[in-house]
Amino acid sequence: MSEAANGPALETRGLCKSFGALQVANSIDFCLERGARHALIGPNGAGKTTFVELVTGALRPNAGQIRLDGDDVTQLPQAARVKRGLVRTFQITALFPHLSILENVSLAICERQGIAGGLFRPAGHHRAAIEEAHALLERLGLEDEALRPVNMLAYGRQRLVEIAVSLALSPKVLLLDEPAAGVPSGESGTIIEVIERLPSDIALLIIEHDMDLVFRLAQRITVLVQGSVLVEGPPEEIARDPEVRRVYLGERVAR
Amino acid sequence: MSAGNGATIAFARRHRLHPFEALPWVAAIVAFPLFPSYLPLGAQILATILFALSADLVLGYAGIVTLGHAAFFGTGAYTAGILAASGWGEPISGLLAGALAAAVIGVVSGFIVLRTSGLTLLMQTLVVATLLHEAANRASSVTGGDDGLQGMQMWPIFGIFRFDLFGRAAYIYCFVVLFLCWWLARRIVHSPFGRSLTGIRENVLRMHAIGAPVMRRRLVIYTISAAFAGLAGALIAQTTAFVGLGFLSLDRSGTVLIMLIIGGVGRLYGAFIGVPLYMIAQDRFSEVAPVYWYFWIGLLMVLVVVFARGGIFGLVDRLRR
Repeated sequence: MSEAANGPALETRGLCKSFGALQVANSIDFCLERGARHALIGPNGAGKTTFVELVTGALRPNAGQIRLDGDDVTQLPQAARVKRGLVRTFQITALFPHLSILENVSLAICERQGIAGGLFRPAGHHRAAIEEAHALLERLGLEDEALRPVNMLAYGRQRLVEIAVSLALSPKVLLLDEPAAGVPSGESGTIIEVIERLPSDIALLIIEHDMDLVFRLAQRITVLVQGSVLVEGPPEEIARDPEVRRVYLGERVAR
Repeated sequence: MSAGNGATIAFARRHRLHPFEALPWVAAIVAFPLFPSYLPLGAQILATILFALSADLVLGYAGIVTLGHAAFFGTGAYTAGILAASGWGEPISGLLAGALAAAVIGVVSGFIVLRTSGLTLLMQTLVVATLLHEAANRASSVTGGDDGLQGMQMWPIFGIFRFDLFGRAAYIYCFVVLFLCWWLARRIVHSPFGRSLTGIRENVLRMHAIGAPVMRRRLVIYTISAAFAGLAGALIAQTTAFVGLGFLSLDRSGTVLIMLIIGGVGRLYGAFIGVPLYMIAQDRFSEVAPVYWYFWIGLLMVLVVVFARGGIFGLVDRLRR
């Protein structure tokens, strides 16, 4: 276990996935260090979200290995990986639309605390869970709207709740799938601030299209193209890489 | 600690009883001296409320759309009925046997059908009920087949209260069982487990992502619901001293959903409004217009769908706003 204590938080080796003839993950070797601020970028259809789904267990790989904290979790179901601290957010907001923010967050807290299967004691009696949920909302500046159903919130606020729900699970590895997607630029600042303030012991992988956000947050960048890792390195190196400019950044310049 | 915060306090108190929740019980008690000649119908209504309540647990809370809930209702009814027809007429144990048998069918069939969702799930629940229906039809030496189960002999409740012709004992019996089940259902709905069912209904993808064992949760509520439906079936079998193939029919599965939808789904009390409304309307219509009563039921259904989306409760919600 000494290797595990110093090894990467998350690692994939030779991860492959195909849907019929379409190869969406082609032997991906990837390494997320402890406390990393790492970004995964790539053009549309590069397989970024597929990669997230393979890692979290929503999809099963055809080949390869996923190691979390040094342990092989390739065969574990999604719920077991969440219990080990591997948590994701969704590119398209996936909350409980008719439930309040407080309830969205406390559902996650109850799961983490292992009390969500309790059949008889009223949920309202679990004061510790409710207090924790409320403290989390205060931390993210959401407490004023705690009892509003999330589908009544502005989209930027919903994106914040999306992050709040994942933080409620005390993640060790947090996969943020386009955290600011669809948010008007005026509101995205709040989201970036929240991400910047995340505890440094959480290893972050940010899947993102927005280059400003990537270069502001990431210390390391992996570029994914057609299901394969094209290149990996620190931001300034990626920005200079001619191959990256051609397949990805150049595409933006051309527009 | 921010214990003084209004939001958390409101949130923590949601499970407390509201005065309105006493209404159905007051109504049921008042009805007893008021309509002495309608007590047999009243007992049926109370038992059917339990059946609809069980359907609400799976449909309204967990979002499991089923067209085969009669499978559990009929299993409970046949279990209690066959016991009583073969010489064991003790009501309470018959009731529990009915619930247990239904729960067994629930957990076994749920293990298979709950792996699917949407229309596939709907068809599979239908298949389970149809299989049981056909099994009861074939096993006519035990079930009486098409003629129904004859010769049930019920013993007095606790050896004291005889099932009388006026339905007094039956009414009180059904009332007590419904009350206990409602209390249990209410506990479940307000528990963390119950809240997580709502989460599953709202967004199953997210429930997986927060690490919830979705399949297990659905199986647990499906089994509890099956047991409740079994109790309802056993109640009706015992209080009417008859079980027929209709107890397992698609018609029965569909009607309970209609009654629930008229009242309102996912509110625990939809059954308490929809079932009496439907069954009293059915009783009145069939007396006034014996041939056409289904037409009036149909019209009622159309009116609810057009003007009262979300059932009577949905209508009340909109009027209050």
